[in-house]
Amino acid sequence: MNWPEVEVADSIPATERENGPERLRAGLWRENPILVQALGMCPVLAVSNTAVNALTMSLATASVLLASAIVISSLRSIIPQQVRLACFVLIIATFVTLTDMLIEAFALELHRALGAFLLLIVVNCMILSRIEITASRQPVSVAALDALGTGAGFALGLVTLGSLREVLGRGTLFGSQVMPENFEPWHVMQLPGGGFFTLAALVIGFTLLDRRMRRREVNT
Amino acid sequence: MNDAELWTLFLNATLVNNFVLAYFLGICPFLGVSAQLQSAGRMGLAVTFVMLVASLCAWAIDRLLGVIGAEYLSLISYIVVIASAVQLVEMFVRKTSPALFKALGIFLPLITTNCAILAVALFQSRRDYGLVEGLVFAFGAGAGFTLALVLMAGMRERLRLVDVPDPVRGVAVTLVLAGILSLAFTGFAGIGEAT
Repeated sequence: MNWPEVEVADSIPATERENGPERLRAGLWRENPILVQALGMCPVLAVSNTAVNALTMSLATASVLLASAIVISSLRSIIPQQVRLACFVLIIATFVTLTDMLIEAFALELHRALGAFLLLIVVNCMILSRIEITASRQPVSVAALDALGTGAGFALGLVTLGSLREVLGRGTLFGSQVMPENFEPWHVMQLPGGGFFTLAALVIGFTLLDRRMRRREVNT
Repeated sequence: MNDAELWTLFLNATLVNNFVLAYFLGICPFLGVSAQLQSAGRMGLAVTFVMLVASLCAWAIDRLLGVIGAEYLSLISYIVVIASAVQLVEMFVRKTSPALFKALGIFLPLITTNCAILAVALFQSRRDYGLVEGLVFAFGAGAGFTLALVLMAGMRERLRLVDVPDPVRGVAVTLVLAGILSLAFTGFAGIGEAT
């Protein structure tokens, strides 16, 4: 993707070491894992039927990403090149098991609702792609900021998706009624099909908005 | 479990709780490889095959970890053992049946630890399936995945002749198609009990 570098280009020198803050912003918008790269959707779409589930899932994914990015980035000179993927997966799997145990210990209800999907974070392709592209090559600070940005962008996309599906499909948001009493819930939004449709709508909306913003930048 | 129950289990995994269309598992290969009918069929075959291997491995791992009381290691063991088992089987197939290897070959490394594969292992151990039930479940899940992939590929081959509006092109239109397919599959709800 060779999009024009916008406003950040002036303030941040393009040296590899110092592009941490830029990586943070890129993950949020320009390279948003859900809306632009369409990555890591497998274990996540299934639990986006309510905002709470989506929030828990994205927080769990983001913390696994952050923790493994920090560990892998600090071990990057020790991990042998040939077996790096196996090492990455082992480290990620450890953090996923930890997260699963923590959620089971502190929020049993949520743990039941998320079920096996929590453990499936381990095969989330977004995590492995961030680790392979950034964390295994960059110093800890850059890797951590990159993971934070990607995690936040992931949460942004997923919570929007979960909120939309919950508001339209149940008339509630985070469990409390937000739609008027006589609102007839669109049950289809709670079905898997509704998840696909909502995500498609979000991707289209994002594309249109992004184009419009870039057109405005070109004009000014 | 008798034959009728196994049949229900199979139908349930194939149609009612289709891995792709009801659980959103294996979306990455679903969106990536579903552009051509032929490769979609082969991919489905490879996934079914790996799911059977995974189910067998998961069953063995569960027994073993149960004996030594280390269930918390199950996730890590699943990944490592399934990935290595698939590699072993791949070598074996390459020696014994080059034709089969040619059909499955390039897809095998891609899917060794795909979410749909790992989910077979996880669901199986959560629902306490035995060896036979697990294999039937894995076969059903694989058949459902293949069905979804082939249907999707057929739709996308048609889509190439249609004028799609510019911002919808690519991921978005594929997702809309998947949504329609998923809605169609909700018609199967009620055949088997929901799990």
